[in-house]
Amino acid sequence: MTVLVLVVATLVIAGVGFFLGRSRALSGVSGNVRDLHSLPGYYGWHVALMAALPAFGVLLVWLIVQPIVIERNIGSLLPAETVADATAFKLAVADIRRVAGGLDAAVLAGALTEASAAELTSGGTDVRAVLAGVGVALGSDVTNDTLLSAQMYRSMTATGALARMIAVLAVALAGLGYALSVTRAEFRARNRVEIVMMGVLITASSIAILTTVGIIWSMLSESLNFFRQYPATEFFFGLTWSPNFRGGSDLGFIPLLWGTLYISLIAMIVAVPLGLFTAIYLAEYAGPKVRAWVKPLIEVIAGIPTVVFGLFALVTVGPFLRDYFAQPFGFGNSGASVMTAGLVIGILNIPFISSLADDIINSVPQSLRDGSYGLGATKSETVKQVILPAALPGIVGAVLLAASRAIGETMIVTMGAGASAKLSLNPFDAMTTMTVKIVGQLTGDTDFNSPETLVAFALGITLFVITLGLNVFALYIVRKYREEYE
Amino acid sequence: MTVAATNPMPTPPAKATHSLLVPNAAMGRRNAAEKRFRAYGLAAIAVSLSVLGIMLWSIFSDGLSSFFQAKLTFPVTLSSEVLDPAGNGLREEMTKVTTIGYGKLLTAAFTAELAAKGISTEGVTDKQLAEMISKDAPGVLRAKVLGDTSMLDQTITMSVLAAGRIDGYLKGRVTMETAERDGNISPEQLQLADRLKTARILGSSFNTRFLTSPDASDQRPEAAGLGVAILGSAYMMLLVLIICVPIGVATSIYLEEFAPKNRWTDLIEVNISNLAAVPSIVFGILGLAIFINFAGFPQSSSVVGALVLSLMTLPTIIIATRSSIRAVPPSIRDAALGVGASKMQTVFHHVLPLAMPGILTGTILGLASALGETAPLLLIGMVAFVDNYPSAPVEGFMDPATALPVQVYSWASRSDPAFIERSSGAIIVLLVFLVVMNVTAIILRRKFERRW
Repeated sequence: MTVLVLVVATLVIAGVGFFLGRSRALSGVSGNVRDLHSLPGYYGWHVALMAALPAFGVLLVWLIVQPIVIERNIGSLLPAETVADATAFKLAVADIRRVAGGLDAAVLAGALTEASAAELTSGGTDVRAVLAGVGVALGSDVTNDTLLSAQMYRSMTATGALARMIAVLAVALAGLGYALSVTRAEFRARNRVEIVMMGVLITASSIAILTTVGIIWSMLSESLNFFRQYPATEFFFGLTWSPNFRGGSDLGFIPLLWGTLYISLIAMIVAVPLGLFTAIYLAEYAGPKVRAWVKPLIEVIAGIPTVVFGLFALVTVGPFLRDYFAQPFGFGNSGASVMTAGLVIGILNIPFISSLADDIINSVPQSLRDGSYGLGATKSETVKQVILPAALPGIVGAVLLAASRAIGETMIVTMGAGASAKLSLNPFDAMTTMTVKIVGQLTGDTDFNSPETLVAFALGITLFVITLGLNVFALYIVRKYREEYE
Repeated sequence: MTVAATNPMPTPPAKATHSLLVPNAAMGRRNAAEKRFRAYGLAAIAVSLSVLGIMLWSIFSDGLSSFFQAKLTFPVTLSSEVLDPAGNGLREEMTKVTTIGYGKLLTAAFTAELAAKGISTEGVTDKQLAEMISKDAPGVLRAKVLGDTSMLDQTITMSVLAAGRIDGYLKGRVTMETAERDGNISPEQLQLADRLKTARILGSSFNTRFLTSPDASDQRPEAAGLGVAILGSAYMMLLVLIICVPIGVATSIYLEEFAPKNRWTDLIEVNISNLAAVPSIVFGILGLAIFINFAGFPQSSSVVGALVLSLMTLPTIIIATRSSIRAVPPSIRDAALGVGASKMQTVFHHVLPLAMPGILTGTILGLASALGETAPLLLIGMVAFVDNYPSAPVEGFMDPATALPVQVYSWASRSDPAFIERSSGAIIVLLVFLVVMNVTAIILRRKFERRW
């Protein structure tokens, strides 16, 4: 019985349990609902939950434990030196799985009978040819060890599946029986059900924490793996980046950091003035009608997927800058450049800064403005000398958040900044960023044991730390320097 | 306000008797600064909006043409000598004829039609003539014939795709000058294309295949379509909806209604706000390391894509849901508790239904942002070339698929300029979906929004 069928069977038992529980509760009070402690549905739910939850728990544990047990048992059939070497063992197990899967497919397709699959020997039959016949291609011929282990794997999996089915269904029925036996008029079914619901709510809200833990764990473990193969000092202080998949690469982080920061700097030079002036105009000058039209239009920019900006950088902005600025002034002739990516990221960040700054400016109390006007200041003087200083912590926070977004931006730089890691001051040079290299090193065929692939995880965790640091710093500034107006 | 501020123009001396204002240089400077400042604000808005306009204009002007495609229409006689060498009309036997055989048949039919209509093929070699038909056409004809073997020996009118460069010529992307330098097309072929157009053999029509067919290889931009990408995106959005809404709503209910003020709750809150700010590519690394390498889900499958996008979308949905739960007035809760409902019943029977419109709006907006997300999907292998449709759910979720924004990226990175048109066309499709989702959200908000 496959897992899916088992799950459905358990759900059916739970469904039946719902109606049994409900009718049992009702028959216990001869249909008089007011004598029950809880509404009749709760008794049904209680039975259903008692049937399903423990059964699913058993199933989950079984699914995790069974492969581990089988792997350990297979180890006894393999040569000792294979078991000792972790990678070799992993490969051997993968081979065995593939052969076992192939035998399954062969039995399913009718090329082998169940008995002949179990008695197959590598001397007697060309296993590879048989399996190729049912569409399972193997890289090499099957050794006797592998075949024996695969047969054992199959028989153990089959036994395991049978035992799993019996255990899960038994637990489901036992839960059902127990829950029915306690169903009485005075039984507090609602409280039980609500405890389960509460558990579900708490579990769901813990997923955010699990995600963070998952992010950190996945990147940290692979990064440590990387630093075992490549010295950390050379990574963090190396000035050249030239990965070479045949080994002997230079994986210096400085050129990538420089590219990232340079692009983000240009982006901020574009986004901060444009975003701030937009916010100031909308908050202080624009009438309600203009505001009602312009604000959503600006926010449309934020709703456009970044890949669209990437294509815009690639097709329009890059060639434009190359033909009208870089080439005439002798800055080079690359369409992809720091300037291209920086400008486009800047535009992407305008609505982000303007809407945050707009909120902050609007939260500055009117009395401050009135006081300033009363002293004879013009509107712009009020903005410059009263409103902006009052809103400064919030604006700095918004700018830092925007910078963290610019640093983490991926599609625009992948399509608009180029791929050559360079330490150059020329903004019309193609440079590259951490995010581009993460994409570059992790797409396509990757080998998770080479430093050239693993470096992406080190880049990832560095990026994570930088952006997280900026976000935390932004929140700190906002909290610490915020003026409280009553 | 000062008098000057309400009357910014320095008053002319002749009328000065009506005002106490004495114009002076300092006041003039201040007023000029005021005007400049206002102009900066207007300029900033103008720059932002005009860049938006230029971007949309460039996308639409590049991409709209991908919805139209050049097609060659001519009669083809499905000669059984070529297509059914065994002569028994059995489908099994006919599958032995490869697309090369069908290609030859098409070329012969095309040449015959030119001869019949008296169109001169001067300066165009036979090979070049054959190359004017898309390399995709023989496969289409083969599938058509194998689908209905009774068509053998009949003459049918086929409408097949023209080669990508011919299509580009009709759309103005390829010109006589570029053809001189292009190894794939010659000016003579373009002149022939002009003659074919006048003879109504070559024409342009709405390109439904752009929306339905799978991706095609580098050599056949004219056949590339968004079918797999749209299907993949739809699968992922469905899964994101199934994963995110229950988890997001449950989290929000817990945090808003039940959570005690303690460290654990604080930790959850901090995590949610941080996850909202983590760069999207980091979620891609997470997906690769945990869902693919650790849990063993198949690469480039929609289920992995959906899991990654769900983790990214959750904070958005949680924030929207929490604010709409918070907007339900406490009097509703008090009333429910007052008539004897339990806390849990209050939330699920009263608060949640009232918060539903807000949750729905937030969910749609979250889905819209997930639909446009590209970077994490690149890392989990969705950028791979997929030319088979994923099968129907549930197994289809495990099949390799691609997504709309990823298709935009992978077409943009191909060398043939015809793919830039496709890429922009894909963006138009993506933007249409996004506009529909956002407008739905706005309408829902307008319709159900309740001020308490």
